Amino acid sequence: MSTFDFLMQGFATALDPMILLYALIGVTLGTAVGVLPGIGPALTVALLLPVTYGLDPAGSLIMFAGIYYGGMYGGSTTSILLNTPGESASIVTALEGNKMARAGRGGPALATAAIGSFVAGLLATLALAFLAPHIVKLALVFGPREYFALMVLAFVTVSAAFGESTMKGLTSLFVGLALAIVGIDGLTGQARLSFGVPQLLDGIEVTTLAVAMFALGEALFVAAQGPAMQEKVHAIKGSVAMTRADWSRSWKPWLRGTAIGFPIGAMPAGGADIASFLSYGTEKRCAKHPEEFGHGAIEGVAGPEAANNAAAAGTLVPLLTLGLPTTATAAIMLAGFQQFGLQPGPLLFATSPQLVWGLIASLLIANIMLLVLNLPLIRFWVKLLTIPRPWLYAGILLFATLGTIGLNPSPVELFMLMLFGVLGYLMRLYGYPIAPVIVGLILGPMAEQQLRRALSIAQGDWTTLVSTPLAAALFGVALLALVVPPLLRWRGKGAVLAQIAGDED
Amino acid sequence: MNGSDIAFERRPDGAAFIIAALLAGLGSLLIWQGMIIPDKGGYAGIGSGDVPVFIGGCLWLLALTHVWKGLRHGGTRFPRQQPVPVLFIIGGLALQMILLHPLGFSIASGLLFACTAAAFGRRNFALSLPVGIGFALAIYGVFDQLLKLNLPAGFLETLIFGS
Repeated sequence: MSTFDFLMQGFATALDPMILLYALIGVTLGTAVGVLPGIGPALTVALLLPVTYGLDPAGSLIMFAGIYYGGMYGGSTTSILLNTPGESASIVTALEGNKMARAGRGGPALATAAIGSFVAGLLATLALAFLAPHIVKLALVFGPREYFALMVLAFVTVSAAFGESTMKGLTSLFVGLALAIVGIDGLTGQARLSFGVPQLLDGIEVTTLAVAMFALGEALFVAAQGPAMQEKVHAIKGSVAMTRADWSRSWKPWLRGTAIGFPIGAMPAGGADIASFLSYGTEKRCAKHPEEFGHGAIEGVAGPEAANNAAAAGTLVPLLTLGLPTTATAAIMLAGFQQFGLQPGPLLFATSPQLVWGLIASLLIANIMLLVLNLPLIRFWVKLLTIPRPWLYAGILLFATLGTIGLNPSPVELFMLMLFGVLGYLMRLYGYPIAPVIVGLILGPMAEQQLRRALSIAQGDWTTLVSTPLAAALFGVALLALVVPPLLRWRGKGAVLAQIAGDED
Repeated sequence: MNGSDIAFERRPDGAAFIIAALLAGLGSLLIWQGMIIPDKGGYAGIGSGDVPVFIGGCLWLLALTHVWKGLRHGGTRFPRQQPVPVLFIIGGLALQMILLHPLGFSIASGLLFACTAAAFGRRNFALSLPVGIGFALAIYGVFDQLLKLNLPAGFLETLIFGS
């Protein structure tokens, strides 16, 4: 069967009313968390993991993907109207978008962000559908050593390639890897670092760590800055409609943003924030009126917003075809798959084609839902921004602990939540990235298993790891990603890397 | 951290040394725990204990890098932090942890809600506590009763939703 046939079958699954409902809940929640500053899609998916334990796997996964997409849409609203990015991939949107809002052009800025997100989401999801089967075929020749090489590459790009300091990124990564050791070793059944505490035998729960680091860490950090004034929300003046000039200036950045975002998301090269930053730079160079940049150029909103949505879709390529998460949100979605006993990878396309293609088809439908949610209903979402901060963060913390309590209502689990929350706060304070900890926790045990499997097959011969050209090439790229950024920083080009630091998505 | 920082901040970075000590401590813990696992590694040559030892070694290397950088560069500069809101939130979490089982989800979580609101400047507990408990009860109703999530019940939950 061709991709097209599979996709049609996927639509048959996706148009089931219950599945449509899950998708709608996902995109609505996603838009809400995207709009609200302080919580992002990674955290929301983590919170919902224990809640969806008893629900339908396909529906839950579609809901998670909807949250990821919705977060990318919603983040732009906050960036434009509040000058505070709702999530990290919208940081550059704030540069031009907020200037437009101050000039009374908030409506068209929101419109170009929403339509750009729609165009990019649609094209990138189609690209995902047509690319995935080919990567699956490629992945079938992958053995443990290639998977190990891919994971090492993902570790390096998530932690060391971007951000202000390789040392800090690697520190975060190894803290995550150390936490990943806790529990029972998957290959031999040996308990490690559990110190006789039964709750630790299961290992450290992804939900607990992600919720603590993202929600508690962020709440503590924001609270510790003291009583700030509630930022002023720029009201949307006039209509959200774009003028003819807006359209003609927007469509090329949308397509360019998609072309930049999708490959960046699909390669283990970091997440949506990096894509949006690169797109902003490209638009600045391509623009007919570069002098407008910094004063509200619509291209600077259209391009990055398209790029971050395309990257979100791109991230699903390695996640679905190889089981390899390249961002914190994808890592937590992987935990979601595993919760239902599903292992993403080439086999998933063979064993559960309905689920995979249903998911992809649902994403296409979710994009249409998101366009409706984000254009005609935009004024409703803006109201969310007027919730006073004490109530907002109190509610977020209540939900944050709900996830952990629902998972395991023991004081040990809540104590870990508190401990990691404080750790998350301190890491934010001293500029250590959070995402590598989460990726290390989830990917660490998988990398260890692949390494030991590869060495078992080769009877302990370490040269097996680089004995195929593919594996050797992957290790080579990983080495470059580790060595080149410090050299760039040493040569005084560190500012660029620091700006594209990935935080969460 | 690029070269131009050195001109401004010559003093050693105290925080870097504390972080280095913590990393070294964690690394030692991993190496010790890895070493006491009795296995020979089988066909692979590496067993359950070897990866913790390796990660522990890497943590030690990172600790040494922190010391080296701490000697050469100044610390990360950040705005003054307010301790009171942080203590409010941590206190709220501790209260929830201790009272979750004796008093049930709603009251314990309501306390966390009120403490967090206080951390963000809403110190009027007479308002925030009832709001928090009401909100937590609503969540209990949706998640425990409808979505079958198992949340600890206290007398308030038993009173309203039955046992």
